[in-house]
Amino acid sequence: MTHVRNPSIEQGVGASVPRVEDDRYLRGRGLYVADQRPAGTQDLAFVRSPLAHARVLGIRKPPGAEGRVFTAADLAGVLPIVANSALPGFKPSVQHALATDRVRYVGEAVAVCVAPTRAEAEDLAEQVVLDLEELPAVSDMLDGREPGAPQLHPHWGDNVFLETRVDLGDPAARTGAEHVIRRTLRTARQHMAPIEGRGLVAAWDSRLGQLVLHSSTQMPHIVRTGLAGCLGLPEEAVRVVAPDVGGGFGYKGILLPEEVVAGFLTQHLGHPVRWIEDRRESLTGNANCREHHYELTAYADQTGRLLALDCEATVDAGAYSIYPFSACLEAAQVASILPGPYDFAAFRCTTWSVATNKPPILPYRGVARSGVAYAMETMMDAIADACGMAPDAVRLRNLVPPEAMPFDNITAKHFDSGDYPQALRRAVAAIDLPAIRARQATETGTLRTGVGLAIFCEQGAHGTSVYAGWGIPMVPGWEQAAARLTPDGGLELRVGVQSHGQGLETTLAQVAHEILGIPVTRMRVVHGDTALTPYSTGTWGSRCMVVAGGAVASACTELARRIAHIGAHLLQVDPADVVVGAGEVCGPNGSVSITEVARTWYLRPQDLPDDVDPGGLELTAGYKALRDSGTFSYAAHACTVAVDTESGAVRILDYAVCEDGGVLVNPMIVDGQIIGGVAQGIGTALYEEMAFDAAGQPSAATLADYSLPGATEVPVLRIDHMETPSPYTRFGQKGLGEGGAIGPPAAIANAVNDALRPLGARVDRLPITAHRVVAAILAAPR
Amino acid sequence: MKPVPFTWTSPAGLAEATLALQDPEARAMAGGQSLGPMLNLRATRPDTVVTLVGLSDLHGVEDAADAITLGAATTHAAIADGRTPDFGLPGPTLARIAAGIAYRAIRTRGTIGGSLCHADPAADWLTTLTALSATVLTTRRALPIDRFVTGPYRTTLGLGEIVRAVRIPRPPASARFGYHKLCRKPGEFAHAMVAILIAGSMRIVIGAVGGAPVVLSHPDEAAAALDFLDPVDRHLQMVAMRRAMAEAGA
Repeated sequence: MTHVRNPSIEQGVGASVPRVEDDRYLRGRGLYVADQRPAGTQDLAFVRSPLAHARVLGIRKPPGAEGRVFTAADLAGVLPIVANSALPGFKPSVQHALATDRVRYVGEAVAVCVAPTRAEAEDLAEQVVLDLEELPAVSDMLDGREPGAPQLHPHWGDNVFLETRVDLGDPAARTGAEHVIRRTLRTARQHMAPIEGRGLVAAWDSRLGQLVLHSSTQMPHIVRTGLAGCLGLPEEAVRVVAPDVGGGFGYKGILLPEEVVAGFLTQHLGHPVRWIEDRRESLTGNANCREHHYELTAYADQTGRLLALDCEATVDAGAYSIYPFSACLEAAQVASILPGPYDFAAFRCTTWSVATNKPPILPYRGVARSGVAYAMETMMDAIADACGMAPDAVRLRNLVPPEAMPFDNITAKHFDSGDYPQALRRAVAAIDLPAIRARQATETGTLRTGVGLAIFCEQGAHGTSVYAGWGIPMVPGWEQAAARLTPDGGLELRVGVQSHGQGLETTLAQVAHEILGIPVTRMRVVHGDTALTPYSTGTWGSRCMVVAGGAVASACTELARRIAHIGAHLLQVDPADVVVGAGEVCGPNGSVSITEVARTWYLRPQDLPDDVDPGGLELTAGYKALRDSGTFSYAAHACTVAVDTESGAVRILDYAVCEDGGVLVNPMIVDGQIIGGVAQGIGTALYEEMAFDAAGQPSAATLADYSLPGATEVPVLRIDHMETPSPYTRFGQKGLGEGGAIGPPAAIANAVNDALRPLGARVDRLPITAHRVVAAILAAPR
Repeated sequence: MKPVPFTWTSPAGLAEATLALQDPEARAMAGGQSLGPMLNLRATRPDTVVTLVGLSDLHGVEDAADAITLGAATTHAAIADGRTPDFGLPGPTLARIAAGIAYRAIRTRGTIGGSLCHADPAADWLTTLTALSATVLTTRRALPIDRFVTGPYRTTLGLGEIVRAVRIPRPPASARFGYHKLCRKPGEFAHAMVAILIAGSMRIVIGAVGGAPVVLSHPDEAAAALDFLDPVDRHLQMVAMRRAMAEAGA
């Protein structure tokens, strides 16, 4: 039995099938958490800490509010959230769902109020009096590392969740380097800002004896595991449902204290409770990503060859270690991915994950990569500068060449396939570097043109072998999918990953179509519900198309085998002589439709062969890539900017991306992923920053203060694809959901600094605001 | 982000509105584009919100030889779309300012009177109308705009007093106007903003300085007058001033 593709109904792998989910999204018919309000629901409002660091001396509930205001003391039997890591030296934190004796960031939940409406719950919350004794705050990660800094978790002895050190390769590579170049770089703390914030409805199903939590989450199964643990419930007594989710980016890859509180309260109160995060809560209490500091030293020879790289990286990890990713994933990632797509001889890296009085860090699209690529690509331009070389030439000198693939780099990352130099050359050709250089040569006025490059690789879909090493609460294993043929020939697919904008309802159906030939319109992809789908760690790490796609393919392949067996019987031929595809079982002398096979199994079992598989036309199958060290998609970004050297304004004139995501299941959706990612990367590069003052107070409470890129800030991208198949995945596909967000900070920063070079100025900090550009120019030696 | 409980009053006429606003815990609302978010943030906690946009006395315009008078409830969009009188210095000056305020959705509801009463230091009208020596017409008096606004988010408006209209003197035909603001992105509040009117003498107004606009009669005064700003902010205001002056042909 084999399967065949029928190009006349091409909806399989490689087709730009319009997204089936868009019909409801675009017509306003999606069903989000906030669209739900079961009978008897009451709203929750959380009383949140106004101080970044304080001892909680007392909490006074308003008189007459008995049974409507709850504090940690009321949450009998609820266990704190603890997310350990097995990395040696990791110091765990204990995060209570509601603060007990101490608050550690502005926005930390201290009490919860219950009322018929959110407004009334907020009225009640205002009347709760917190007796707090303010403590000195750690608002800057570098200060937090200093001896004598105030301590968040006093029994630790310092504020470092984890310090890691690697010293790899040949130390002698540094000796005699012609250029030793140092840079200090810093990125800002950001807010991920999905359009839909977090939110939940918790209710008790007395028929099944289940807590049913509808939550805007990327990982319902992981939330169930964590929630059951905190509430002391067996997992079968918890069901987590993620309905339509309006963007995640990592913001919803977490077990929330609010989920624990709501899960307790609905049992205690006997009615459903609901919490919908508002924009102020989201901004003031959850700017939780991307804040890095780098001290870098590059050793290079005069030919532009990078000999060695040293790095001291500090990551602001916030107050607590979050479940399941922990507090140290980001910094530990820095140490393993900083070398990027380059081959060099020696690498030293020390990282610190520092606890600060800020919201706990969460991995945001690209995880550490946007900062790491910014660091590495800054050094590449610095080497080019020192050697008097073109920025593309210096990169070509150092990139892993295609003939070396697959390649194990200095940190033992296994690059599966690709042609990195070609991607760079194609992106550079797209922006026409010689023409830009010619234009720059004639510029004397206020507006200066700059060109910036970035090339990076993106490890995606990394599995057991990688995560077992981190030792965090979650280790992905075999991904599963369930497939069920309906009696009339439709197909239901059930997956444990969650689609919140990625278009998985379309792309996973395309995978099934590739194998069975059933039209995409006759499929339903069910996801986001622990009661209906196989266990999965969920949607993160650009993994779904590889692992869930692989699992759907496995399930459909087995389904096809069973269909072929029944079909061959109906055709009265040997099963070895039939093929399944295009919705049919084809034999040597005729064919029978899959619909007819389904009808026979469900409605006319008397017509089935004696040796039919009793599992029938419904099954669950598992999948793991041939190697689970991850796929390595990669991209080169090239951009041209105009910098107004008087006002400091930066305008992106041109932006080209050459991306290799392996075999693209749906190229249109891939383009959408790249465009959305680049928009977020532009935010990182030029706009987004949540500053905290010395007392740990966040600077923005609305989107008027926290500046996100909008339609006028995002140029029309030019996207070019290479498709080097991964040798390890089902169709050669690679994870690529994050790449768009990784390149822009590096490419744009390099472009701005290229424009500023004639003025002797440089900006070494993100975001590159007008203020910072002007400050750099004013400070430049004339 | 839900406001405190408040009573919503929609007065039938100016007299009724005046009475309602005698209550110190009452707040007037026009387009609500600033007050709305402040209510939701509980940054303002009125007992009563008195909505004014329905009052016919606050609508309507007057196009006279010496001045244009715009009703306080005139929306930015109406001005931007050229549905109200304008003057060219050259080109439709008021329309151009209005079109640069925030985003279209905000311009559709936001009003010129509401903007002045809110007195955000970075608001376009405050700076522009100060340069144009506009007069604020309230239910009680006529006040030059630079005496109407006393500081950030502060005006001399008394209890029960309502801005009816803004009178903008028509500059002479020979006058020249320049305006430049620097924003991180279109539609955001500016971090530097300068309006200049040259009509015989020069009137330079520097906005977005954190307080009431700085008014100068010569660019050489700027460095000293902006001494309170940090060097980068001062530089940016000087850039905006140079560009506004260049536009005005100075």
